[in-house]
Amino acid sequence: MTRPLETRLSPLSRLAGPIRRQWSPGHTTVAIVLAALAIGLLPFVHMGLVVNGVFLGAIIALGAVGLTLIYGILHFANFAHGDYMTMGAYVALFLTASFFPWLGVTSDGFGPFTFGFTLLIALPVAAIVVIAGAILLDRFVYRRLRDRGVSDLFMSMSSMGVAIALRGLVQMIWGGDIETYPRESKQVFHLPMDVRIPPDAIFIALMAVALVVTVYLVLTRTRIGKAMRATADNPELALVSGIGTRGVTWWTWGIGAALAATAGVLLAVFQGQLLPIMGWKFLIPVFSAVILGGIGNPYGALAAAFAIGVTSEVSTQWMNPSYKPAVAFAMMIAVLLIRPKGLFTMAGSGR
Amino acid sequence: MELAGVLNYLVGFFIMVGIYGIFSLGLNVQWGFTGLFNAGIAGFFALGAYTTALLTTPAPDAAQVEDFIFGGNLAGLPYLDWGIDFWFILSLAAVALVCGIVAYAVGRLTLRLSGDYLAIATLGIAEAVRLMFLNEKWIANGSKGLYRIPEFLGDLVSPANYDYLFLVVVLVVLALLYLAVQRVVNSPWGRVLRAIREDEVAAQSSGKDVYSFKLQAFILGGIIMGIGGALYAHHVRFISPITFDPLLATFVIWAMLMVGGSGNNRGALLGAFVVWGIWSGTQFLPWFFADPNFRFFMIGVLIVGVILIRPGGILGETRRVSRVVGASSHTPVKEGGNPKE
Repeated sequence: MTRPLETRLSPLSRLAGPIRRQWSPGHTTVAIVLAALAIGLLPFVHMGLVVNGVFLGAIIALGAVGLTLIYGILHFANFAHGDYMTMGAYVALFLTASFFPWLGVTSDGFGPFTFGFTLLIALPVAAIVVIAGAILLDRFVYRRLRDRGVSDLFMSMSSMGVAIALRGLVQMIWGGDIETYPRESKQVFHLPMDVRIPPDAIFIALMAVALVVTVYLVLTRTRIGKAMRATADNPELALVSGIGTRGVTWWTWGIGAALAATAGVLLAVFQGQLLPIMGWKFLIPVFSAVILGGIGNPYGALAAAFAIGVTSEVSTQWMNPSYKPAVAFAMMIAVLLIRPKGLFTMAGSGR
Repeated sequence: MELAGVLNYLVGFFIMVGIYGIFSLGLNVQWGFTGLFNAGIAGFFALGAYTTALLTTPAPDAAQVEDFIFGGNLAGLPYLDWGIDFWFILSLAAVALVCGIVAYAVGRLTLRLSGDYLAIATLGIAEAVRLMFLNEKWIANGSKGLYRIPEFLGDLVSPANYDYLFLVVVLVVLALLYLAVQRVVNSPWGRVLRAIREDEVAAQSSGKDVYSFKLQAFILGGIIMGIGGALYAHHVRFISPITFDPLLATFVIWAMLMVGGSGNNRGALLGAFVVWGIWSGTQFLPWFFADPNFRFFMIGVLIVGVILIRPGGILGETRRVSRVVGASSHTPVKEGGNPKE
């Protein structure tokens, strides 16, 4: 479908430019209302839940930033993203629970954390494995579909097939039971206002910040980042300008898969357990963050991820905790009602 | 005895094929003809099954400790006992109403946006519906599920032979739905749906209200899926939130439609038969083929493989030109799938 020219500009293109300029009165109102709501509710809210929500939000953000990049540049909803997370978590499980012990290296309770130092080695390895898997899948599935010129929806659907196959693969190898990384229980940090922070959460936050900053720098300061933004805006124009679309595609998958794999490992650490369905379940909050933030907008996804993380954690004060994905989904529906293109999308941009 | 066992197995098999055929038909209306990506068939499946179960089971006995408070007991109401189990029709109508309303709400929110929104929203609705039935024990007994779901026309035959009767019921419902869908998609209305699937802008510029047609198709598909769910509930007679996990309630149905041939109602039914055959047949195979996780993997590979290798499925869509111009133009569509947006 041909879109009017100004709507073709992806939000990604705004990354390097001044963002403040596009802030409209509408956004100010929305922001003030949301902020007032949040501050008004604060006295009734358990601070520990808010803090927990920030950590959950950090993990959602890792998933959502990658997913929104893939969505913005490759133009389809990657339903396998949650299962890339699962893959990452299970590859790290294989390394920490099977491979390193087989080498005679066992470790848990590294420093203040529950996991061992082997997880720090396993994390980048898992990311590399998932990156390789994502690029191979692109080569053998998505590229063939792109070359045939099928619609975006067909791409989304095949990613759903990939998601099922990946989860089946995880279940074939590891079975459907709950697994854990080698761990040792650790004292949690006690802060005022009855806030308890497990040490692992600090690690999660640090990893998330480091990765998000890295992605930001790649997108804004490097050649490939510039090429990615150009391709997101207008693939044909990027191609005739001499930008290698294939390289851009690979980098997009690479960044998305690396973030997803890390998010998977961190989620397993955060929850203290691994399940084959963990990634698929996490897809709803991640997609909600992508839509809330405006598809293709990493800033938006980041902010929305924290909003969703905190809201769904705080909701457990009044609701059954298993409703957390439903809360994330309800937020997405609310946004679709008010601003269908996402809260953080500027006028005229987005798909 | 041996023969009776085989026969019973076959009857059970074909009941499931028939029920999945209904889901596949419903999905065909949404995806095959209109190009709407519904990733949460399980939601409509569950709504249909729970609606009919709640309406027809007897009210819970206060002496027994049960969490749920409502059982419509339509089946036991004396003034609905006209000798023909009229409650079944009433219950199906209620199912259609509930699924239609939910489909309307989802469609209203997402159908003006690009197609992926619908997929994500249906995914979320399916999970929300599942969580609701799981956690709100007062609605439907939570994870313990609903049982004592009555049998339609159960008084006519002995319980041992009931499946034979139910197979006929399923086939009759399936045939009616098939004829209805077939008629509807070959009408001018159905032509608009296909036009929307092929090129939304072109359909819009020929004066068709694209959004409204999409909404109608989505609601029709949702109602058909709900009816499939209702038949499932009256067949298995026990439902719980575990019944509606995405694998058997969403993905298998996608595999069926893709394999059989989306855009072709006979293909949808053939796909239900083939995929359910593979699904239940592999459990007799030796070694890891019988592993449910392998079958899980296989369903995913099947979906991707069909899209890659034979996008039209086994039967594919028959190309329809005007009835006046080409009466015998039943060549399969070569390039399956929608043209690039």
